[in-house]
Amino acid sequence: MKIGKIASEINGKIVCSGDMADEEITSVCAFDMMSDVLAYVRDQNALITGLVNPQVVRTAVMVDIVCIVFVCGKKPTEDMIKLAENYHIVFVTTDLDTYETAGRLYAAGLKGGC
Amino acid sequence: MPEACIHQEYAVSGNNFASAGSASEEVKSTLKKLGVASSDIRRVAIAMYEGEINMVIHAGGGRAIVDIYLDRAEIVLEDHGKGIENVELAMTPGWSTAPEDIRALGFGAGMGLPNMKKYTDEFVIESEVGVGTTVRMTIRFGG
Repeated sequence: MKIGKIASEINGKIVCSGDMADEEITSVCAFDMMSDVLAYVRDQNALITGLVNPQVVRTAVMVDIVCIVFVCGKKPTEDMIKLAENYHIVFVTTDLDTYETAGRLYAAGLKGGC
Repeated sequence: MPEACIHQEYAVSGNNFASAGSASEEVKSTLKKLGVASSDIRRVAIAMYEGEINMVIHAGGGRAIVDIYLDRAEIVLEDHGKGIENVELAMTPGWSTAPEDIRALGFGAGMGLPNMKKYTDEFVIESEVGVGTTVRMTIRFGG
């Protein structure tokens, strides 16, 4: 599923690296602990999270995640946006919570990878 | 034994959590340029990033020395922090001494050291209380 379609499924907004909106996402994970992302992510290339700090971006870089969805109306900072654009990582923001976000994407055909 | 292709040393700053991981990012980018397989790059990146985060959280920073050979990467992480009292206990998944403010940043789940061991082919940790900790890791490409 393209990142642009992910954003529309969850009433979300792409807030950076918009030129990558046609990138294909094959599977998704949802974590607030970055330790867990590093321990459990396999081939998922998108992350749903409620955590907002620069280490979310750095963690994504380490495990080749190309799209981060921030839930509950949380807004990434300017520093995070700058870092993400450097690595062509797309930020999507949504007012939905983690459960609703994951549920809608799952129902639309995006599975987890574990 | 093949000669070292690349030798890199990094100072890991202990007072800037936001910059933690920058050395790992550089190593990842170097390995990519060298054409190392992405599964191997990921193992190096995760093991080193976990180590960097540990040095920032627990030791006030330290030094990372990376040697990249044709067939492997060797990483040494040295710090002069407070040391680990019981290394065996620290290796237990889920066991952590990270303070609450670090957990709020998404780390300190007690998976750092077990993860570093899991993603590497050789993992040796030496620690002395009050002196510091040294971690030596080897990741064999294609391993």
